[in-house]
Amino acid sequence: MKDVLGDKRAVLLLVGPALLIYTLITIVPIGWSLVYSFYSGGLLSGMQFTGLDNFTKFFSDTTALQALWFTVRYAFIVTIAQVALGYLLALLYVFMLRRASNLIRTVVFFPVILPTVAVALLFQQMFQVAPTTGPVNGALEWFGGSGQDFLGSPGGAFWVLIAMDLWRSMGFYAVLLYAGLLDIPEDILEAARIDGAGTLNLVRRIVLPLSLPVLLSSLIFSINGTLKVFDSIVALTNGGPGGSTMPLTLHMFQTSFTYGDYGYGSTIATILTILCLMFTVLIFRSTRRDIAKG
Amino acid sequence: MSTTLTPQIEKPRTTAPRRPGRPGRLLRRLPVYLIVGVLLLIVVYPLVWLLLSSFKTQDEFLNKPFWTLPGQWSLSNYESAFTQAHMGTYLLNSVLTVFPALFIALFVGVAAAFGLEVLVWRGRGSVLLYFLAGIMVPGQMLLLPLFTIYFHLHLTGTRWPLIITYTAMAIPLTVFMVATYFRAVPRELFEAATIDGAGVLRMFWSIGIPVVRNAIITVALVQFFLLWNDLLIALTFTNDESLRTVQVGLLNFTGQYGSVQYGPLFAAISVSILGVLVFYLFLNQRVMRGLAAGSVKG
Repeated sequence: MKDVLGDKRAVLLLVGPALLIYTLITIVPIGWSLVYSFYSGGLLSGMQFTGLDNFTKFFSDTTALQALWFTVRYAFIVTIAQVALGYLLALLYVFMLRRASNLIRTVVFFPVILPTVAVALLFQQMFQVAPTTGPVNGALEWFGGSGQDFLGSPGGAFWVLIAMDLWRSMGFYAVLLYAGLLDIPEDILEAARIDGAGTLNLVRRIVLPLSLPVLLSSLIFSINGTLKVFDSIVALTNGGPGGSTMPLTLHMFQTSFTYGDYGYGSTIATILTILCLMFTVLIFRSTRRDIAKG
Repeated sequence: MSTTLTPQIEKPRTTAPRRPGRPGRLLRRLPVYLIVGVLLLIVVYPLVWLLLSSFKTQDEFLNKPFWTLPGQWSLSNYESAFTQAHMGTYLLNSVLTVFPALFIALFVGVAAAFGLEVLVWRGRGSVLLYFLAGIMVPGQMLLLPLFTIYFHLHLTGTRWPLIITYTAMAIPLTVFMVATYFRAVPRELFEAATIDGAGVLRMFWSIGIPVVRNAIITVALVQFFLLWNDLLIALTFTNDESLRTVQVGLLNFTGQYGSVQYGPLFAAISVSILGVLVFYLFLNQRVMRGLAAGSVKG
């Protein structure tokens, strides 16, 4: 019995292939990339060891610092808005629509599965002003305002990007948090209602504390996604106008493939990885403390 | 979904809000209907506008306001999206890279999940963690080394770099999700099979796979959407125009002409959206549950 389920050869045969592919194509490159970050040069020009030069270069490179600042600002705003919006939707599903929310959930989830490039092109057209007026500017003009070149100004492009990413992701966080809210025992809610708690009070004192774990794991998930934002920016603004929406991911991509600087590109990727780890650990540790307190 | 409510508990919940009579209830519900209405408008309108636009002529885009309906419903925009903008080639490339990768990743991933969760051996917990470790790392960290490897193996200019990278990318999440499903399968099932004299491989094939069949479909769907919508990997490893996937092709769409041809552009966006939308409509519950369960990935 134990012999069969503990058969070493079977373990190797079953787990081996996946382990091999994953190690060769994911883990080895990660280490390799770390090594690259201490070199300068590229595939064709050859690599020279330069020690920590790339890292000091990063902190005096204005484009890189601007990209770092953009990434953090973007990740911060979108993560908070994403989870907040998703939570409001989840509350709507559970407490106001009750069981009838199935259709709404399905429709609001639509944008989650759509290709980002397609969505970005769609939003480009929606916010366009010339040569053809998109719905957003059309509506502005109809209400007596004047059309604006949203994607042509740094501030405008930033907010269109955020609106688009919220449009794409709110349904996902709504479903995630909805599942968390369903796990709250019905009798606790019932008891609070009998004690005379109104909806607002119920949410603040019972629902919010009890859904804290799933909220925080949504935050971790969200910050990891937003720090790595790439597709939507490449397709919507490609970093423009004037580098104002350039995230670290795109800066890394351009450094490596447009300018052929593999060493410095790897350094940017490494800094991004450190950023992801740092934020995850930060949120994770605050989770632990909050649960311990509650 | 996961909660099971007993009828006694559920009863007061559904009767309580009904108390204030019909008209009062309607008035009280009005804000909710309003919110839902606005929500549906925000989500659905852009898609409706997209579809309508895909039938318009260039003249209608430039000279008529955005709310006018297309003058005639002809498929000529779709035709030029396929003939001039190569949407057909892009679709074929996406299919030829995503499906092989999906197939290999599922096969080795399910096997690994079985080996990790059902079989008993030292260190299997650590190996599962090892699979999870790579999930948080940004894709940018893999690009340059992989690019170098593929270059030296003379794989650039073929579909292999995409297939290989997609396979590796899909493995961790597949292993993790399927292992979770195997955990819920009663051990007795496998013990009984052992007593009947089945070897491990026989057990995997005849019991393990059928028992988590539904889970495999869910995982496959989630992975399909993740890979199909990938831009980063496809952008890095497809220098050749004839190898572009749908996403890269769409991205370069506007560059194909001097000035933007709106009709074909909207038709191409519609094509790339409609396919996944139909897929989703048939299987939405599975997709939603799967993506929520797979959300542990970072």
